[in-house]
Amino acid sequence: MGFILIMIFSLAVYAAPYSSQASHSAYQFALAALLQGHSVHRVFFYQDGVHNATNLAAPPQDEFNLQEAWQRLANDHKLDLVVCVAAALRRGILDEAEAKRYDKPSHNLASEFTISGLGQLVEAAVVSDRLISFG
Amino acid sequence: MSILHTVNKSPFAHNTLFSCLKVCTERDGILLLEDGVFGTITSAPGADELQLLIQRGVKVFALINDIKARGLEEKLAPNIELIDYNTFVQLTLDHRCVQSWY
Repeated sequence: MGFILIMIFSLAVYAAPYSSQASHSAYQFALAALLQGHSVHRVFFYQDGVHNATNLAAPPQDEFNLQEAWQRLANDHKLDLVVCVAAALRRGILDEAEAKRYDKPSHNLASEFTISGLGQLVEAAVVSDRLISFG
Repeated sequence: MSILHTVNKSPFAHNTLFSCLKVCTERDGILLLEDGVFGTITSAPGADELQLLIQRGVKVFALINDIKARGLEEKLAPNIELIDYNTFVQLTLDHRCVQSWY
């Protein structure tokens, strides 16, 4: 009987949904890797990629909902979806704590996503066998 | 093999494919995805350079879904392997690292 070599992947997503296909490509890559039995240590959303994490987007119901797909994948596979804090604050993606800190009237970070620092991208690169960028 | 280069921008609009071709060595692979698959067609800018690299041993791949979504099946240059996401994952493991040109 053969054996499957389980590898650790991390993904970096640099582009917003709808302006480019990159986030959808990253999702399909993550899905394929997980279905092959590999592990995905972290998906890091950086630069315009942070727009993937707003919970205020309301795409038409007959379209593929990329954010819901990320959330489902995160929920099913205990994925760590991390949004860069500096990139997020600039673009108006806030969790409750950041909204309080900056005295903003509301927050909009979608569930399953967390806000953290760029160090999480570095850590992902260190502990993963492969870091794949989608920009 | 050493580096898998991924190119996701069309060579009709961006220079990323050309930048990639400049540094690509004979042991590397190139994967065209998203609008990068426009680089597979015979009339694409850089098509001749790409064929030259293929003759030197560089493996060139393109994501079949992205080819089909753009209706390019009948326009493909030779010796470009069409792959799915499962093979994409495997390619990233067959190479030492992945360089994304975006």
